[in-house]
Amino acid sequence: MLLDRVINFFTSLRLTVACLALGLVLVFVGTLAQVDLGLYKAQNEFFRSFFIYWSPKGASWRLPVFPGGYLVGTVLLVNLLAAHVRRFTLTRKKIGIWMVHVGVMLMLLGQLLTDMVSHESALHLREGEAKNYSETEREAELAVIDATDADTDKVVAIPQGALMHHEEIRHPEMPFTVRVKHFFVNSAANDRAPDAAEPPAATQGIGARATVKELPRVTDMETRDVPSAVVEILTSQGSLGTWLVSEFIDKAQSFTWNNRTWQLAMRPRRHYKPFTIQLLQFQHDIYAGTDIPKNFASRVLLLRPNTGEKREVDIYMNNPLRYAGETYYQASFDRDDHGSVLQVVHNPSWLTPYFSCLLVGAGLIVQFLTHLIPFIRKRVSA
Amino acid sequence: MKNRLPCIVLALAIAVVVCSSWPKGKAVFHAREFGKLPVLLNGRIQPFDSVARNSLLQLRTKQTVALEGKKELTAIEWLLEVMMKPEVADDRKVFRIDNGEVLSMLKFPEKEKYFSFAQLRTRYDEIGQQAQRIEKRETDKLSKPENRSVFEKQVMKLHEGVMLYQRLEVSLRPPQSDDFAAELEEYKQTIGPGVAAVRASQAGQTFDQNAYDRILALLAQYQAVSRFAYVLSVPPSQPEVSREDWKNIGTGLMEAARGGGISPAITFYAAMTTAYRQDKPANFNQAVQQYRQWLGEKFVPELKKGRHEFFFNEFQPFYKSMVIYVIAFLLACAFWFNSSEWLRRSGFYLMAFAWVIHTFGLVFRMCLEGRPPVTNLYSSAIFIGWGAVILGMVLERFYRDGIGTVVGSLAGFVTQIIAHNLALGGDTMEMLRAVLDTNFWLATHVVVVTLGYASTFVAGLLAVIYILRGLFTATMQDKTAKALSRMVYGIICFATLFSFVGTVLGGIWADQSWGRFWGWDPKENGALLIVIWNALILHARWGGIVRERGIMNLAIFGNIVTSFSWFGVNMLGIGLHSYGFMDAAFKWLMMFVVSQLLLIGDGMLPRACWRSFQSQSPSWGSAVRWAALGLNLTVMVVGFFLGYNSVWCLLSLGIFFGFVLTIFLATKGTPSSPTAPNPATGLPKGMESRL
Repeated sequence: MLLDRVINFFTSLRLTVACLALGLVLVFVGTLAQVDLGLYKAQNEFFRSFFIYWSPKGASWRLPVFPGGYLVGTVLLVNLLAAHVRRFTLTRKKIGIWMVHVGVMLMLLGQLLTDMVSHESALHLREGEAKNYSETEREAELAVIDATDADTDKVVAIPQGALMHHEEIRHPEMPFTVRVKHFFVNSAANDRAPDAAEPPAATQGIGARATVKELPRVTDMETRDVPSAVVEILTSQGSLGTWLVSEFIDKAQSFTWNNRTWQLAMRPRRHYKPFTIQLLQFQHDIYAGTDIPKNFASRVLLLRPNTGEKREVDIYMNNPLRYAGETYYQASFDRDDHGSVLQVVHNPSWLTPYFSCLLVGAGLIVQFLTHLIPFIRKRVSA
Repeated sequence: MKNRLPCIVLALAIAVVVCSSWPKGKAVFHAREFGKLPVLLNGRIQPFDSVARNSLLQLRTKQTVALEGKKELTAIEWLLEVMMKPEVADDRKVFRIDNGEVLSMLKFPEKEKYFSFAQLRTRYDEIGQQAQRIEKRETDKLSKPENRSVFEKQVMKLHEGVMLYQRLEVSLRPPQSDDFAAELEEYKQTIGPGVAAVRASQAGQTFDQNAYDRILALLAQYQAVSRFAYVLSVPPSQPEVSREDWKNIGTGLMEAARGGGISPAITFYAAMTTAYRQDKPANFNQAVQQYRQWLGEKFVPELKKGRHEFFFNEFQPFYKSMVIYVIAFLLACAFWFNSSEWLRRSGFYLMAFAWVIHTFGLVFRMCLEGRPPVTNLYSSAIFIGWGAVILGMVLERFYRDGIGTVVGSLAGFVTQIIAHNLALGGDTMEMLRAVLDTNFWLATHVVVVTLGYASTFVAGLLAVIYILRGLFTATMQDKTAKALSRMVYGIICFATLFSFVGTVLGGIWADQSWGRFWGWDPKENGALLIVIWNALILHARWGGIVRERGIMNLAIFGNIVTSFSWFGVNMLGIGLHSYGFMDAAFKWLMMFVVSQLLLIGDGMLPRACWRSFQSQSPSWGSAVRWAALGLNLTVMVVGFFLGYNSVWCLLSLGIFFGFVLTIFLATKGTPSSPTAPNPATGLPKGMESRL
């Protein structure tokens, strides 16, 4: 009995209509909310969530007040699946409906997958510069570099998550332990006057002449957090001192241990690739007699040593480079027009919307034609 | 005779269109010929005529200048005056100022609307100071352009208008030269000795002081022109290298001093200017003719473009079709009350004729731009109307009941009005920013999604007709109601198809250009709302949750959803693809939304209040009907004067819906109440077959 009622509930068209209505309200409110919250935050609060919460100013508790995008989408998906299992039979008359619904399911699943597994990073290149990695702007890492060998660096990269949650970090490639004394997700570092009351941030390196303070995290799209940390290097023979590492500091800080030179650097998280991309030329076209941009284009050289691949590629608006499971888009450029920023997207489900668009489009056409043609026949013969 | 009437009406319309497009008698100065000459502005080749019309639209919101009596100046005649005889043009009243605060700041009489540049010149400091203050706050990031007050917006608009006017004045003639042709000759003579004198002076040698002074005086003037001239009127000296390297007169003259030689184009323009100033039409016409010949050697495509766009401007296909749509609409409305078949057919023929002109304009515009039909908000309005008229024609062809004609012609007319108002912002064929510069996606995503808008609007309009005719007139029979209901359902099916495919194509485009399929950007969300809403209507119908009137009310709400997606999201002032911020439009949008909500309320009134569908409605029914009409009108009219502010909208709609609810509850239980909730739970019988 109860099972029947549950099944009835999940297969009913009323649920479909209710979900669509909730979706409508959600999208509308989520769009208006972008004016105050900005795109990024509104997206997370309204669409990438199971509930939308409300809490009075200053309170620590919050109340779910409206279903979020994930919840509505999931219920709609279950509803569709259940209805198909229970009610729909695959007949010629209903082939169109099937195509439409399978297409919609594919799209919902594809978007869910995209949300979970897709990954974005950026590749900033000056003209002539070559890189074999892209960077994630909103995430930092602490690079511990063995720079003894002039030709190659050995890098141990400690991701931001590990710095936040672990006190001591060991790695087989590091003959010492890194102890995280402080970690600030967002911070400001300042030069310290020699007679200042405040103690220096660290004992070694730049930190010995600077102070650091924690700042609240930023929420808007344009500015970003600047993470900093104070780390201590512990060897088998005791501490070598503490260092201030921060994205404020451009250059790596060196120290020596056991006749090897080591460097410490806090930098945006890097994703290394088995190939390099070199920016040959960046082009910024405008329409004659105006400053309306016509095109942004990067001509790059793709070099893959292990396969011997070497070719030049144009990346411009609406024409990304798809290579090795990643897509490179023309995203931004330097003010002097001699540098380019490519967006690097890794999204294994990028093709799902293409299929689902085809399926739904064809399905709707089939479905409507099967009704329209007899209707027109009747009208014409009448 | 009555059988032939529709054909006669059509023939008459064709005759009027042809006659009105015929060029009227030759003027003394061949301004029209001058108007066809190509220049480069806003990144595209266009004729002087387009420069003139777009400038006048910006300044005066009209394409002509009214003179004393019934006479008027055409746009190009006005532009000739501005560029060549500014002392005359300065007294023409071409600046439109509506804002009372701006008028009182300038100490202008509030009764007048149009003012001349000569009048504004005396108050120019005031305007400049205000504009400077506003701009400074924005460059200091203390404020944003979208946060300007009404007064500030109007001041800035006036300021931009004055700037535009002044830039036009120096576009063909250095400001101090009375006889430009003679001055140019003198300049040619002066360049050699003048440049030698300047070089000698720089090298510390003795030099000819006269030549030195003269060339520097001229160059100072030309430099000012090169900085301020609005149009690039001098064609490239080496078209085989770059066809886009157009210059303005000032730059052309400056380059001559660097040894570049004076472009023949400048010589021709100088001859035209001098002839115009000295009132010698023959010389003017000859110079225009010679310049055209000279352009004919190397600039054939540009010359053609100028000529074609001039023809397009002059023919005004959208204005003509708009007028005919109105007549078609009136004829079809008359048919509902009169039932004379000739009225219906005349209306249908006229709508079809207007659509032919509309299509001609649309295609001509596409050829001029080399683009698919929709590139900006303006062209989306034109295209939505076009698509809606097609749907109207199809409906009329199948149902022959005047409804298709009413819907089609009304949609055609209203969208043209909207387009006309959007055109006041300036050039409607502006160049497309980098990411939009792709004919493939403009031809697929944009066209399909715009057709989705069009069909959703048509469904909504049909529903409006259902409710207005059914509630307030006795012209609706069950047969008409059934037909309307089938039309709405069929069109919502189409709308679902177009809006879904269009939206997903948009996502794919975004995936191609920004690396994400869906980013919850306002414009994307707007399109998604239409898809969701159409899907909701279809599922509600299949589930038996709503019936005939319910569908109608949902379809009317579809109008609101679509108008939000089309216009509303642009008013949020955020998002990657907002293409324009309009304030006046916001009031109209609110007005539209309120009117649609009122109609939905009307549609919920119990059937006993409707004039149609019953031989005799009870007396309280007609009282309710009149009360509803009175309330509707009050809300709209008072709202108009209050600018549809949110307080009034909420309050008045609350009262109105309270009224509807009261009536609904009071009559609940009477057998004729059709809005009673469907008692069937789950799926009604027969639903399987409908799926």
